[in-house]
Amino acid sequence: MTRHASNPDNPGSTPQAAEPTRGARTYRPNVDVLERADEILLFADMPGVAHDGIDIRFEHGTLTIHASVRPREPADRDYLLHEYGVGDFRRSFDVSEAVDASRISAEYVEGVLTVHLPRTAESQPRKIPVRVA
Amino acid sequence: MNATFARAWSPIGVFGDGWPWIALEPTSSRTTLFPALNVWADDAALHVEAEVPGLGLQDIDVSVMGDELTISGERADVVDATVTQHRRERGVGKFSRTVHLPVAVEPGRVEASLKDGVLSITLPKAEALRPRKIEVRNAR
Repeated sequence: MTRHASNPDNPGSTPQAAEPTRGARTYRPNVDVLERADEILLFADMPGVAHDGIDIRFEHGTLTIHASVRPREPADRDYLLHEYGVGDFRRSFDVSEAVDASRISAEYVEGVLTVHLPRTAESQPRKIPVRVA
Repeated sequence: MNATFARAWSPIGVFGDGWPWIALEPTSSRTTLFPALNVWADDAALHVEAEVPGLGLQDIDVSVMGDELTISGERADVVDATVTQHRRERGVGKFSRTVHLPVAVEPGRVEASLKDGVLSITLPKAEALRPRKIEVRNAR
C-alpha cells in the first residue's frame, strides 16, 4: 500500500509557519486520510473552530491545516474535571500523490473539516484493457 | 475493522468511585476517552462540556438519572467500499460515558446545546444547594 501522508510525528523538513505569539496551546487534530480513484480525502476533528478561522495551504507538496478556535476557557475557571484543553489546531502532511492544487476544496460541518484533494488526471488509476492476440 | 475502532472508545466511567472524582488523569492533555469532558461549577449550576466532532443532535443522547449524567451515541463511519484507507485516527462506533455528579441537580431543568462539535450541558443545582444571599436589615 502506498502511503500518501507522511508521518506527522516526524515533520523532518516540513515547512512550519511561524509560531503563534500568544501563549495558547496548539493541538494536533485526529485525522482520517482516505483515497478514492479521483481524490484523496482528509477528515480532521476540529471542534469549536471559528468559521472564518480555517487556513488551508498546499505548497511544495505539503498540506497544512490550521484552525483558530474560539476561546472558551476563562483563565480563572476552576475545573472539577479537565480532560482537554482548548486551543488552535495545526497539522501538516506531505502529499506524494500528484494533486490538482487549483481544485482543492474543503468544508467544515459539525466540527469536522473535510478536505478534498483532487488527483490530476495523469495520476488517476487507469484500467488497461488486455486484448488476447 | 469496526470492532477495532469501537475499542478505541473507552466505555463508561472515569470517575465512578466517588469522591474525589477529579484529577484521575493529568490535566490539559488529550485523552483517549470519548467524549473527553471538562466539568466546572458556579453558584447556580454544574457545567459539562464535551468535544463530539462529527456528531449531530440525532447522534447524541444526554440523560440524567439520579446523580449520574450519561452521554452516549454513535459516530458513523465515513468509509465505504470505494476507498483505500491510509490513516485512521478518528474513532467510530457506539460510545457511552457516565459521570457521577458531585451535587444534586434538577433533572427537569438540564439543558444541552451543540455547536460545531462542542456539546455544552448545564445542570442547575438543586434549589437547596444554591447559595442564598441573606439580606441583613437594620434592627429597629
